[in-house]
Amino acid sequence: MLDSGEGYITPDGRQIGGVMMEMKNITLRFGGVVAIKDISFDIREGEIRAIIGPNGAGKSSMLNVINGFYHPQEGEVWFRGEKRPAMRPYEVAELGIARTFQNIALFKGMSTLDNIMTGRMTLMRANILEQALWWGRAQREETEHREKVEKIIDFLEIQHIRKTPVGRLPYGLQKRVELGRALAAEPKLLLLDEPMAGMNVEEKEDMCRFVLDVNDEFGTTIALIEHDMGVVMDIADRVVVMDYGKKIGDGTPDEVRNNPEVIDAYLGVSHD
Amino acid sequence: MFYREAGDFKTSYQDDAQTFPIKFDRYRYYAVIAVGLLVIPFAINDYWANAVLVPFLIWAIAAIGLNILTGYCGQVSLGTGGFMAVGAYACYKLMTAFPELNIVFVVILAGFVTAGVGVLFGLPSLRIKGFYLAVATLAAQFFLVWLFNRVPWFYNYSASGQISAPERTVFGVPVTGPETSAWAQYMICLLFVVVLAWAARNLTRGTIGRSWMAIRDMDIAAEIIGVNPLRAKLSAFAVSSFFVGIAGALFFAVYLGAVEVGEAFGIQKSFLALFMIIIGGLGSIFGSFAGAAFMVLLPVLLKNVLVGGLGWPTDLAAHLELLIVGGLIVFFLIAEPHGLAALWRTVKEKLRLWPFPH
Ligand SMILES: Nc1ncnc2c1ncn2[C@@H]1O[C@H](COP(=O)(O)OP(=O)(O)OP(=O)(O)O)[C@@H](O)[C@H]1O
Ligand SMILES: [Mg+2]
Repeated sequence: MLDSGEGYITPDGRQIGGVMMEMKNITLRFGGVVAIKDISFDIREGEIRAIIGPNGAGKSSMLNVINGFYHPQEGEVWFRGEKRPAMRPYEVAELGIARTFQNIALFKGMSTLDNIMTGRMTLMRANILEQALWWGRAQREETEHREKVEKIIDFLEIQHIRKTPVGRLPYGLQKRVELGRALAAEPKLLLLDEPMAGMNVEEKEDMCRFVLDVNDEFGTTIALIEHDMGVVMDIADRVVVMDYGKKIGDGTPDEVRNNPEVIDAYLGVSHD
Repeated sequence: MFYREAGDFKTSYQDDAQTFPIKFDRYRYYAVIAVGLLVIPFAINDYWANAVLVPFLIWAIAAIGLNILTGYCGQVSLGTGGFMAVGAYACYKLMTAFPELNIVFVVILAGFVTAGVGVLFGLPSLRIKGFYLAVATLAAQFFLVWLFNRVPWFYNYSASGQISAPERTVFGVPVTGPETSAWAQYMICLLFVVVLAWAARNLTRGTIGRSWMAIRDMDIAAEIIGVNPLRAKLSAFAVSSFFVGIAGALFFAVYLGAVEVGEAFGIQKSFLALFMIIIGGLGSIFGSFAGAAFMVLLPVLLKNVLVGGLGWPTDLAAHLELLIVGGLIVFFLIAEPHGLAALWRTVKEKLRLWPFPH
């Protein structure tokens, strides 16, 4: 199915584009621990790319490399055909890369609305004087961005908790708000670190639907880490498999499922 | 008339983002401003101005400033007294260097000077947090007081080492110097309070305020979703110091008239401001007012009741004050980190449901 550069068509008929993000020979060490060992893979425009692997395989570390939180000792990150220089995370965010976290990282003291509004930080332009006087761009922006945020709130079906401080929300809803905050940035690439962890079946179904809808409606490219193999097989176009910091498989869900190395290292063994 | 939102529907997001979404609150707020502007200036006397109103207004500005830094942005500061001193000395130097310049501009400029100094002392916050940052700001406090004591240029080489404010007028009415009347002192401070509180409210409900709170609540996630931590922290230091500097300038020029730096702006003042925002409520403009009012009124009240009314010795009353403040700080830190403002909010929640609580 894979081609040289122009993309491919998924079994369900979606056109996947060229390479958006390419990781080339990434090695990341923490002192003596090698979290990522010489890994290369790419993420294509419009695709849902899964990263799977047992606990401690280095999946979250890989997302942290992508959004500039960790700086690999070796290797290169290419984004949209250009080699990316070492960047601070907020600069990466400005490129249009947003994410959610494995352990929810919401702003606990703020309401759902404010959390999601904060997600639009990179799109705000009013200067401090305009903001202090609530004048010109400041007022206009606040209203415009609020409209966009309300759309996200409707999309995620969280209207009823708009003004609730997020610290008071149950876990499943917090995960949803965090997705909203990432979506608010209108990202080109959305990184999701175990968006369905700890959810019941119904909540997982909702979350799957949101992920697919985001990809479908906004054309957002998605890279997600997920432990639930059923979910991965269902929604991912291509899967990278990691184990002990190494890449042991890369391909469509079917290819990965039938890869003996993957079966040995991951699917065959229970990791819970 | 009941206290609630019912029947008071918001038809635009702009309305929904208002400071006082409930009509009743809005009217009460206008009423407070009207009384402050139209009634008190005519009723005020020297005692009320000196003991209560003017210090309350000035401390409200300082508390808002500290609350922006500590309550909203999560950067603890023990340097409030030192930054007030910067505002005071900047004001003094500008007043004496440019006697023609209107005092209102001088005070605002003093705020800008303090903002600059605040940014400078805020630089360590890019590297250190919490306790270590508190110690760094404490160092700033002692350094600044030492500086204003030791470098005679700051006090224009006066023999006493003090600075004293010459007379300046606004629309022909003296607002600094010995001729100033109580109502003029009060009015100039009130005008600064109203404008600054409004600006603080605007900043904290908008983009920059959200960037401060994001840094406070989870700095790593904030940076990853696009908050520039350098800009967020330094802007918090700048805005906070601007407010604190203006408070210092007014404290010196309008309230005290003459100042010896260690006495007027020592470490106790840093703690006083911190107590105000802890008791009033971290991360709340209203809380800054409540805390300032409480800390200014408490000693006055205790003195009147215990010393004046019951004939206690003054030092006993002072000790009781320390006990009460200490107890309250512990209480609020443990039980209600959002201070009086949160208690007030709870009362309002109850009121909104009254008389049918279910
Ligand atoms: N900041 C850090 N300092 C030191 N070691 C780290 C750091 N971050 C990750 N590691 C190590 O790198 C390895 C990979 O961790 P990572 O969190 O990326 O795994 P993961 O695949 O996301 O696992 P999980 O499924 O449990 O989330 C682990 O051995 C971990 O201890
Ligand atoms: Mg992980």
